[in-house]
Amino acid sequence: MVIGATSWSLTPGDEDALRRGMERLLQECSAHSALLVDRGGQLLVQAGERPSFDPTTFATLTAADFSANDQLARLLGASDFSSLFHQGERESMLLSDVAQRAILVVLFDARTTLGLVRLRLRPAVEELSGIVAAMTARDAVRGASRPAILAGAEDEIDRLFQ
Amino acid sequence: MSMINYASREINCKLVYYGPGLGGKTTNLEHVYRKVAPSTRGKLISLATETERTLFFDFLPVDLGTIRGFKTRFHLYTVPGQVYYNASRKLILKGVDGVVFVADSQIDRMEANQESMQNLYDNMAEYGYDLTKMPFVIQYNKRDLPTAAPIAELQQLLNPGWEVAEADRQRLSPDPYHAGEYLTSQLATGEWIERATHFEAVAVTGDGVFDTLKAISKLVLKTLS
Ligand SMILES: Nc1nc2c(ncn2[C@@H]2O[C@H](COP(=O)(O)OP(=O)(O)OP(=O)(O)O)[C@@H](O)[C@H]2O)c(=O)[nH]1
Ligand SMILES: [Mg+2]
Repeated sequence: MVIGATSWSLTPGDEDALRRGMERLLQECSAHSALLVDRGGQLLVQAGERPSFDPTTFATLTAADFSANDQLARLLGASDFSSLFHQGERESMLLSDVAQRAILVVLFDARTTLGLVRLRLRPAVEELSGIVAAMTARDAVRGASRPAILAGAEDEIDRLFQ
Repeated sequence: MSMINYASREINCKLVYYGPGLGGKTTNLEHVYRKVAPSTRGKLISLATETERTLFFDFLPVDLGTIRGFKTRFHLYTVPGQVYYNASRKLILKGVDGVVFVADSQIDRMEANQESMQNLYDNMAEYGYDLTKMPFVIQYNKRDLPTAAPIAELQQLLNPGWEVAEADRQRLSPDPYHAGEYLTSQLATGEWIERATHFEAVAVTGDGVFDTLKAISKLVLKTLS
């Protein structure tokens, strides 16, 4: 049995690669904003227009929404639930699974259509999945040898909580 | 799962407050929300019923300071304690880095406490997490009530300890929060056991809330060191 959830990391290189993929998608489908959130509810990358809402809150609710829907789909017997659509009065959003580790959220309005967003989303998700899968694999290898980022920082940790 | 973001230089960790219904999990988060500087915390999100019972979760992000140039961000979650919400309770445990079990000290809640503790072990095991090897603290809440059971009794029922099989970990380790007590110790039978550290609290007044939060956060950061 593993000890607990493993830790994973995002490097500036990962961030660049992910952001480039997301920006290209936004351009191709005329959506205005995209967020990549990990399944645990943490925001990884934001691309395009800065949303007006609090991104941390948004990321948490997205992950909860997605996992609840995932379970619902399973109850209904669907095995590979992979995307979710919410239509708002002015804004809509499409959520998509990325390598079972993250969720891509695309926000769009009347400047485009759901059909076009869906069409462009598929190759973009494939690209992002490749990057995320590589990140996961890298951290799994490194995790085995436990390269502690806070190695030797015990005293500093103690002081933080005095 | 903790996420280390080298791009924004942040360490993100997920803490979950678990325990029986009405034990005071939401009250813990509300106190933290009220007491920390607004610049170091985000919004408190509560997905609750109209009677203020947690339906899915409460969520509060807080920054606890900087180490080695990394901002330490903790995402605090509570689960719904009511028995029949197990499906959503389990979802919240996904990716957890540290668990706080908020027990209700009242004698007539002992069965609910034990049932919830068992449920925590079971749900963790279903994800393949071993609670006995993770950051885990127990908070005995509602110490202000006259019907609160004595701590020794609560410890015996809810924190009897788990067996330590590894020879290199079979040595006395003092409990840093309780002078004269040990977290790892040997029973009269010769068996070595380890317990979670515990705190007494009155979440409505805030007593013990930060002691608990600091202890669990410290344990989580130490897993990265
Ligand atoms: N006397 C006393 N009451 C408390 C204490 N902590 C919480 N309460 C009260 O207990 C009730 C339940 O508290 P919550 O924080 O909502 O409990 P919970 O664990 O989140 O419950 P669920 O959401 O149903 O799982 C509230 O009325 C609180 O005011 C305490 O230390 N002492
Ligand atoms: Mg609650």
